[in-house]
Amino acid sequence: MNGIHDMGGMHGMGPVVIEKNEPVFHSGWEARALALNLACGFHGKWNIDMSRHSRERIPPAEYLAATYYEKWLRGLEMLLVENGLVTRRELESGRAESKASGLAALRAPEVATFLGNRRHARLDDDVPPKFSLGERVLAHNDHPVGHTRLPRYARGRRGVIDRDHGVFIFADTHAMTRDQKPQHCYSVRFAARELWGPCASARDSVFVDLWDDHLDPA
Amino acid sequence: MSDHHDDEHVREHDRPLSGPALRAKALESLLVEKGLVDPKALDELIDTYETKVGPRNGARIVARAWVDPEYKKRLLADATAAIAEFGFIGRQGEDMVALENTPKVRNVVVCTLCSCYPWPVLGLPPVWYKSAPYRARAVIEPRGVLKELGSEVPEGVEVRVWDSTAELRYLVLPERPAGTEGWSEDELASIVTRDAMIGVAPVTVPERGRR
Repeated sequence: MNGIHDMGGMHGMGPVVIEKNEPVFHSGWEARALALNLACGFHGKWNIDMSRHSRERIPPAEYLAATYYEKWLRGLEMLLVENGLVTRRELESGRAESKASGLAALRAPEVATFLGNRRHARLDDDVPPKFSLGERVLAHNDHPVGHTRLPRYARGRRGVIDRDHGVFIFADTHAMTRDQKPQHCYSVRFAARELWGPCASARDSVFVDLWDDHLDPA
Repeated sequence: MSDHHDDEHVREHDRPLSGPALRAKALESLLVEKGLVDPKALDELIDTYETKVGPRNGARIVARAWVDPEYKKRLLADATAAIAEFGFIGRQGEDMVALENTPKVRNVVVCTLCSCYPWPVLGLPPVWYKSAPYRARAVIEPRGVLKELGSEVPEGVEVRVWDSTAELRYLVLPERPAGTEGWSEDELASIVTRDAMIGVAPVTVPERGRR
């Protein structure tokens, strides 16, 4: 979707300000918001791509005004209701109307194993790559209303296959229909001038990780 | 939110709960009542990212690569495996790529679409990395951002920006600063910063560290 989350190249956002000796969390609720997301993800009712897409669907004005962990809270509320773990009425009242059935919550002794598990975005499927290293490619000029990891600034631009990362879950379909659509994911090198025109340095490049389904031969 | 948790976060004690704090607390109560989350597991998750995982992990990787050419080779060829040698594995570090800075190349990592970040080696991302200014500007004017942050890139040096749009996570291997010859791996690790491993700052030798 052409959402506010797709920020690459926007102007007017102001300076980048690095906080000295920044704490991991600025307040207790931020820590709880992160932990709630991870603990609810344990139930396997949604995948990471669906989580990202939930936050992208926060209305643009609210998205810009919200802090990172506020977005995580909003996104989690959406996922809980959409996947039937919590009803809209429960969320509004704050009172459980029934216990969750057939689901065991993540327990403290299981946390280390849970975080250490690899979630396998990389797949073993034997899928041939559509492109080879050094090949010139054209990123699709496409504007899907759903989730996509092809940022607007790269659409319709020409780049070169720099690395083949192997076969991965295709995030764009995985977020919408859970279809993993195994295919190669590449690091595609775009000359900064191809993306931004003469204001960019002729020496510089931007590398974007894109999948076979985002690309055509150039 | 569990009561003992409030006791751990003394900085919030005297303040009324803000909007998001209330919202988080209400959501946690609901989820605990429904049996979907266990507050003790939340404490454990938080403790992991507050005390066990952070940029000190990444600094150890960088220091090892500086002192051990064979390790550096392995890191650049297969970062996931080389980082796993230290036991740094798991969520948001499942597939790692190491990017080597040289006198001719500066690498900068961003996630323009959300805030993807290599958790097992750098911990949770800082606010600036997740902020709109960084996400918007790093790809279109990396030199401007770096200059603003006090790390201007000379014209003859190439800037490579890596937008983390898939499940690959990037770690910058900064240049080893001059004046650190003969330092131990631990001494070297102590000067490697989070920002250097994201690519927005060089590693420097602090005044008191000079020999």
